[in-house]
Amino acid sequence: MNTNTIKHVVVIGNGMVGYKFCEKLIAKQKNEHRFTLTVFGEEPRVAYDRVHLSAYFDGKTADELTLAPTDWYAENGITLFLTDPVVAIDRERKQVRSHHGVVVPYDYLVLATGSGAFVPPVAGVEKDGVFVYRTIEDLDLIQSYARNARAGLTRKGAVLGGGLLGLEAAKALLDLGLDEAHVVEFAPRLMPRQIDDAGSGVLQRQLESLGLTIHLSKSTQQITGDEAITGMQFADGSHLDVDMLIISAGIRPRDELAKASGIDTHARGGILVDDFLQTSDPSIFAIGECAVAHHMIYGLVAPGYEMAEVVASRLMGTEKEFKPFDMSTKLKLIGTDVGSFGDPFASGPNCRTIVYENKAKGVYKRINISADGKELLGGILVGDADQYNMLLQTCKNKTVLPPDPEDLILGSRGGEEAGAGVMALPDDALICSCEAVTKGMLCHEIAENGHTSIDGLKKVTKACTGCGGCTPMVKDLIQSVLKQQGVYVRNVLCEHLEYSRQELLDLIKINGLKTYNAVLDLFGHGDGCEICKPAVASILASLWNENILEKGRATIQDSNDRYLANIQKGGTYSVVPRIPGGEITPDKLIVIGQVAKKYGLYTKITGGQRIDLFGAHVGDLPNIWEELIAAGFESGHAYGKALRTVKSCVGSTWCRFGVQDSVSFAIEVEERYKGIRAPHKLKSAVSGCTRECAEAQSKDFGIIATEKGWNLYVCGNGGIKPQHALLLASDIDKATCIRYIDRFLMFYIKTADPLTRTATWLNKMEGGISYLKAVVVDDVLGIAADLEREMQQLVDTFMCEWTEVVENPHLRQRFAHFVNAPEQKDPAVHFESMRDQKRAREWV
Amino acid sequence: MEAISIHQDKQTWHAACRVEDIPADGGACALIGGRQIAIFNFSRRGEWYATDNECPHRQQMVLSRGMIGSQGDDPKVACPFHKKTFSLKNGQCLNDDGYRINTFPVKVENGIVYIGV
Ligand SMILES: Cc1cc2nc3c(=O)[nH]c(=O)nc-3n(C[C@H](O)[C@H](O)[C@H](O)COP(=O)(O)OP(=O)(O)OC[C@H]3O[C@@H](n4cnc5c(N)ncnc54)[C@H](O)[C@@H]3O)c2cc1C
Ligand code: SF4
Ligand code: SF4
Ligand code: FES
Repeated sequence: MNTNTIKHVVVIGNGMVGYKFCEKLIAKQKNEHRFTLTVFGEEPRVAYDRVHLSAYFDGKTADELTLAPTDWYAENGITLFLTDPVVAIDRERKQVRSHHGVVVPYDYLVLATGSGAFVPPVAGVEKDGVFVYRTIEDLDLIQSYARNARAGLTRKGAVLGGGLLGLEAAKALLDLGLDEAHVVEFAPRLMPRQIDDAGSGVLQRQLESLGLTIHLSKSTQQITGDEAITGMQFADGSHLDVDMLIISAGIRPRDELAKASGIDTHARGGILVDDFLQTSDPSIFAIGECAVAHHMIYGLVAPGYEMAEVVASRLMGTEKEFKPFDMSTKLKLIGTDVGSFGDPFASGPNCRTIVYENKAKGVYKRINISADGKELLGGILVGDADQYNMLLQTCKNKTVLPPDPEDLILGSRGGEEAGAGVMALPDDALICSCEAVTKGMLCHEIAENGHTSIDGLKKVTKACTGCGGCTPMVKDLIQSVLKQQGVYVRNVLCEHLEYSRQELLDLIKINGLKTYNAVLDLFGHGDGCEICKPAVASILASLWNENILEKGRATIQDSNDRYLANIQKGGTYSVVPRIPGGEITPDKLIVIGQVAKKYGLYTKITGGQRIDLFGAHVGDLPNIWEELIAAGFESGHAYGKALRTVKSCVGSTWCRFGVQDSVSFAIEVEERYKGIRAPHKLKSAVSGCTRECAEAQSKDFGIIATEKGWNLYVCGNGGIKPQHALLLASDIDKATCIRYIDRFLMFYIKTADPLTRTATWLNKMEGGISYLKAVVVDDVLGIAADLEREMQQLVDTFMCEWTEVVENPHLRQRFAHFVNAPEQKDPAVHFESMRDQKRAREWV
Repeated sequence: MEAISIHQDKQTWHAACRVEDIPADGGACALIGGRQIAIFNFSRRGEWYATDNECPHRQQMVLSRGMIGSQGDDPKVACPFHKKTFSLKNGQCLNDDGYRINTFPVKVENGIVYIGV
């Protein structure tokens, strides 16, 4: 191309959108060079990520926030002037002049001057200690002023404005170490443009629990103090003492230069543009927060980026329109989730509203649905915004809603597949709105080009590099596409062992392998990891029942198994002796008390009817166990993926309702299955009658006495997702009950994926409980005898792991914090005292 | 065992422990000049590594008790608490860009493990 036709573009403003425009124009003219670029920036540094400005207080450096280094501009032939705002535009001569007197002619001019903080005309805003929150320099000023806090001078801060940015700023004040952080809002609710009164109420309680103080319906009349601020005076006569104030009352578009140059601006501020972002002067465009498009200022980065795209395309000859843009938002960084999308306030006859509120948990969710129940119009999420992305997409793409739309916010019951929802979206659904990346583009990169990690996709599509809100959804998408391709159907362990747990168990068994390295040498590659090591450890234990700490197996165990104790906050361990069925003699109780006193342990009765001793130094563990074992205790395996406890009610021995001796049976069951390693922990209980005081129906296997014998329930679960156990067999005698449990447990051990509780295992099992019954009770697979034999072998080879360690000096020696100073305890361990005992020091 | 220090170049080599003090394919912590250092005997690769014992995520003194392994070709250790993993070569956290630990050179001579600090 003839160099004479190379045109010159000047960009005023090197903020997020101005930068994005340069990036896009450079990318688009890779093959034909049509434009040269000059950029003027008023700030002293190159464009940085303003959206994540608050991360600066969390230790992100200015460099880390930079969007592209100065070199990038040079490499792409962009002339960059920083700390040098443009002060005049000569539209006749088509040239701009900067503060330092640089004059540059243009063929096209792009105004990307952004906005500044709007400072309301309140008397006293000029005082020391009053700040705005917009640039890195602002944050530096705030930080150094707040430093006085340490000297005791600045104790109380306030933010004027309870919107999105105001709340972010208020959180920053707390993080800076002020004693009090107040939010003063003029409207009767927080985030008045995004959430409703009820949502605001829930949010307010959440924020108050974080330590913020919220003042609503407060009109500030005056900022008091001599040189520096000392307080705020409100119209209702009340007063608030503060040492510093951040004003966050909205934004004011930077249209002063445009105005002075005779370009049309809006009466309330902002540069007027048409659908092509052209101003009243055809060679001048305005993009980002300084522009008024479709009668509004778009105060978010995603629409700004879209504007950059529209103008860059236009200059390259592709006509594109800037369409009204979605203003949905999700608040980050504040310690509680808030989301608002579509029309959050929709009401009236054409709309149905579904609200879910859980005051105790601080959760409020509202969705607005069209009267015919087909379309999602908008909604609000406070306290739990996990479904935000899904809902936003459903709303934007007008996806037809399921028959029970309340499931959208309540979550459907039953084992719904993570990510199944993403695949239901159309290909042109915008997943990353900051970078305008659609589902189709992502799927293409995942499926065709093999980019199956977030990092890879970031590089090729730029998705997840803007506000980051789309990351969870992109993750789901990767999962779902891979699943569709059949890649994950086998559910392999990890990159080192590409087998399912069940396949691996069979391979290890057939080949008689007893160490991890042997397994890896034969069937894997690489050097293993924290996923396959404990999985293989569990298989080896389930198959051979040898001591888990021998033959190089110690280092493939999770930390808990490696030290035969549960690691707790601060790095100390807890000790849990087995108390079968929850029955214990007074003498044994006394020993526990004595040991706890001697080693300074915190004691608590657990939910599984035994006693947990917390706060033991790793080096004390063998001594503690030596004393416990001498008194007749055994390991309780609280650290292992193994049977925990068999809880029992007192049953017919004392209870006037009891029909069977539940305690004796519980002890028998616990003694039988103790120490057996499984894919996950196992819990059990036995109740003496149908009143079910032992809560057997919430256990992996639970037994309830009947007049005629026992009912056996399986696959129940407490925990994160409670699930009732299902009846496997009724009115059976003890021996049959034990046989069924043998088969059930062994079948689970052999077929479940790693870290899968029995409830989840059953949920994933094709045929569900009827199939399980057919295998365990009716023996349709003809494996019952094998399962029983294998279980009996595990029962016969039981050894108390702690007894072995206590008696083996070689194993015992591994229980030290410092190899070169075994007597010395970890000096980093600290405790606090609480209710006459100690507790782990809180982590930060 | 007493910590013996040998000065050589700018680095000071500290005798930390005997080879057999550190379990194969595992780690242990040594106290070196008041500093807690995790030493890993990656016997599967025939390599030794040393890093901070403290996990920067929640400041827990536990990395020596973590499982070691590899990601691609990179040797790594996983914190037992929340499974942040760190490259044993350069200390970079592999699943959270925001964290990094210090690494130290290791040499083994006559059955003694030396750490350069
Ligand atoms: C704390 C904070 C948090 C935010 N969080 C979010 C969020 O979570 N999500 C979201 O979407 N958005 C968020 N935003 C808004 C987002 O940062 C803006 O939408 C975006 O930065 C707008 O980009 P811009 O380029 O239009 O303006 P800016 O980034 O403000 O850039 C404009 C630049 O032009 C310069 N300039 C002005 N006049 C001149 C002149 N005459 N000559 C030369 N240079 C000039 C200015 O100094 C400035 O550097 C947040 C903003 C802040 C302050
Ligand atoms: S379950 Fe029945 S037997 Fe057991 S304590 Fe309750 S009422 Fe008594
Ligand atoms: S419920 Fe949570 S906090 Fe309580 S013991 Fe279990 S994991 Fe810990
Ligand atoms: S303390 Fe190490 S990962 Fe959390």
